[in-house]
Amino acid sequence: METYLGLDLNTWWFLVLGGVLTGYAVLDGFDLGVGAIHLFWHKETSRRIALNAIGPVWDGNEVWLVIAGGVMFAGFPVVYATVFSAFYVPFMLFLTGIIFRAVAIEFRSKEPMMWWRWTWDIMFSVSSIVITLLLGLVLGNLIQGMPIDKDLEYAGNWLDFLNPYAFLIAFTTLALFMMHGSMFLLLKTEDRVFARLTVLSKNMVIFFIIMFAMTTVTTLIYIPQMAEKFRLHPTLFILPALAIFSVANIPRLIIKRRYLIAFLFSGVTITLLISLFAIGLFPNIVVSTLTPDNNITIYNAASTQLTLTNLMIVTLIGIPLVATYTTFVFWTFKGKVKKDSLIY
Amino acid sequence: MNWNVEILARIQFAFTIAFHYIYPPLSIGLGILLVIMEGAYMRTGNVMYKHMTQFWIRIFALIFGIGVATGIVMEFEFGTNWATYSRYVGDVFGSALAAEGIFAFALESGFLGILLFGWDRVSPRVHYFSTIMVALGSMFSAVWIVVANSWQQTPAGYRIEGEGIKARAVITDFWEMVFNPSSVDRLSHTIVGAFLAGAFLVLSINAYYILKNRHVETAKASFRFALFFAAFASLLQLFTGHRSADGVSKNQPAKLAAFEGHYDSLAVADLYLFGWTNPKTQITEGVKIPNGLTFLLHQDFTTPVRGLNSFPKDEIPPVNFVFQTYHLMVAIGMALIGLSWLGVFLLWRKKLWNKKWLMLIFSWSVLLPQIGNQVGWYSAEVGRQPWVVYGLLRTSNALSKVVTENQVWFSLILFTWVYTLLFVLFIYLLNKKVRHGYDDTEGGNHEEDEVGTKRDMPFLTK
Repeated sequence: METYLGLDLNTWWFLVLGGVLTGYAVLDGFDLGVGAIHLFWHKETSRRIALNAIGPVWDGNEVWLVIAGGVMFAGFPVVYATVFSAFYVPFMLFLTGIIFRAVAIEFRSKEPMMWWRWTWDIMFSVSSIVITLLLGLVLGNLIQGMPIDKDLEYAGNWLDFLNPYAFLIAFTTLALFMMHGSMFLLLKTEDRVFARLTVLSKNMVIFFIIMFAMTTVTTLIYIPQMAEKFRLHPTLFILPALAIFSVANIPRLIIKRRYLIAFLFSGVTITLLISLFAIGLFPNIVVSTLTPDNNITIYNAASTQLTLTNLMIVTLIGIPLVATYTTFVFWTFKGKVKKDSLIY
Repeated sequence: MNWNVEILARIQFAFTIAFHYIYPPLSIGLGILLVIMEGAYMRTGNVMYKHMTQFWIRIFALIFGIGVATGIVMEFEFGTNWATYSRYVGDVFGSALAAEGIFAFALESGFLGILLFGWDRVSPRVHYFSTIMVALGSMFSAVWIVVANSWQQTPAGYRIEGEGIKARAVITDFWEMVFNPSSVDRLSHTIVGAFLAGAFLVLSINAYYILKNRHVETAKASFRFALFFAAFASLLQLFTGHRSADGVSKNQPAKLAAFEGHYDSLAVADLYLFGWTNPKTQITEGVKIPNGLTFLLHQDFTTPVRGLNSFPKDEIPPVNFVFQTYHLMVAIGMALIGLSWLGVFLLWRKKLWNKKWLMLIFSWSVLLPQIGNQVGWYSAEVGRQPWVVYGLLRTSNALSKVVTENQVWFSLILFTWVYTLLFVLFIYLLNKKVRHGYDDTEGGNHEEDEVGTKRDMPFLTK
């Protein structure tokens, strides 16, 4: 097996998948977060300002989900097939959520009636919350492992995805995105919304820290394969420590009014958490709870070396391009959202 | 009918892909027209073209938004409902899908924000550049997905690895996979079909304005762009269509035989204008050009064409369905040529605009390429049955093993409701935008007008 910079192609593709998922979580994470806290705003203008903050970018951010799906399908088709068919019902609800959310953003400001706007506002917020929770549920199940048989097929019941640990991860994800979304709004808003956010965002940070602490303890106690990794390589503890540090840093930055840095730190927190998850799993992607022989790994789930090589070429050309124009778009729409230029 | 997982999953896939396919062709065709319209604005500085572009960008955004939402569903559905298929083709299909996401989709959606909201934030040149990128992005997405689909029709550049449940197709030659025998023909046919969808959308909304005597000046100018584009595309479609059918005769003879309801391998084949075929009695009746198919394929009147009887009974697609959808597509293609060239002729004779009856036809003409694109794909995809990957993997073997009937019922009902809602809202919003109309002096949005002129001044004086 050929290696590049000491890592084989499968490992590189695992990193690409992790990178794209991180990109999705950091970018669409704040959109979903803004959606999840949408009903905290009571004034019509406040709601519109919040929506317009994500207006020009949310669609582009969702594209990272499409890329992530493609990256998984192309590089690790077995993971894609097994995980998506195992979580049939949650993924169908997830897709419904994605559609309802897009629809709600498009429609809420099209008619002036109160009931109309309230209906879409609730739908926007609820679908954002549901999408986030479902992502968290899937993540929670992947951390615990799933019953995988010798054909690398799912051997469990379709309702198994509902379990206490998965719910814990789901609500931690929700807390994380709510914090991230509030950081984004701090950056993009002024006046009334901004004033409320200075308080609200601190509560979000506290909510997240509580959830994160609970998750960490529970994981170390109940998820042996995660704990094992950290016992073997104690230096890895630096990652959760860094995550705590970067979260704890956020309130300080808010007081110092350095909102961009605060937003970046909440992005860093997301990145660190996903790295923790990825390191905990590696080189498995889906751990089988039946026997370790049935683990779906970056080797038995992967496409051929030729395809992985092609994919790396596509990625090396494509991702810098995507990053360049994503940056360009964000830069074009930099600055606070003004009341007189509302689109939605 | 036996409502098992297979039939339910097929209905769900057909329903979601057919619904999705209303939108991407519109954005591909409209994307090109946006480049033409904004190009006219860049060249002349005439603010009318700017208003025209802005109006169609708003329509584009609506179409694109629904295209994205329903497209994500498609991408997930391969994994949720067709897990065995996904394992089987992941090495091949996945690469194309990943390339689509990275190159095409991201390009399109990234720059769409600037198209919509960037008029007063970037220079006109950068804005025009963004428009071109969006148009390119929408075309690229067609490239990769049609390549992947063409590979399913005519697999090439692969070998089969493993056996039973572990069997999968792996790429041996990437470019041979990309340029498989049907890629170029099918891609050109699909893209030109999308051009027609976009062109006739623009034609029909403008024809409506002309009929209602609203925004007449802008509507006529916009109509003219779309008319020339439609005239060009409809003729080109005849050519790509012929190339496609020719390719099908070589690569998928069973499908071609079904297109024309041709059973006997020893006989020369006729070309039907319309008709009815019964696979049980093996009789095809209708209005036909005797020996026409033989002539189109072999340029003579004597060479026999391979018929359906030479295939095993379990490798034949549902013949009459394929026959009907194929002929409807061809008929619509011909109608589009007639309609668009009639328009061009009357425009040349300066008799177009006061022909109320023709404007009425044009205002409904948006439906024609939509139906044509849909039934064309039905005949292409149903004509491939019972295979999902032609000659390699049967549709019945491609399902997710762990997904049960109840789960698919659940999602099928869910999607039916959600998509109905989505479609109602699409029509509602489209209607609202059309009623709002162009931002010109004839009852448009004056507020935006003022902002526009102020900004345009430096550009105009340049």
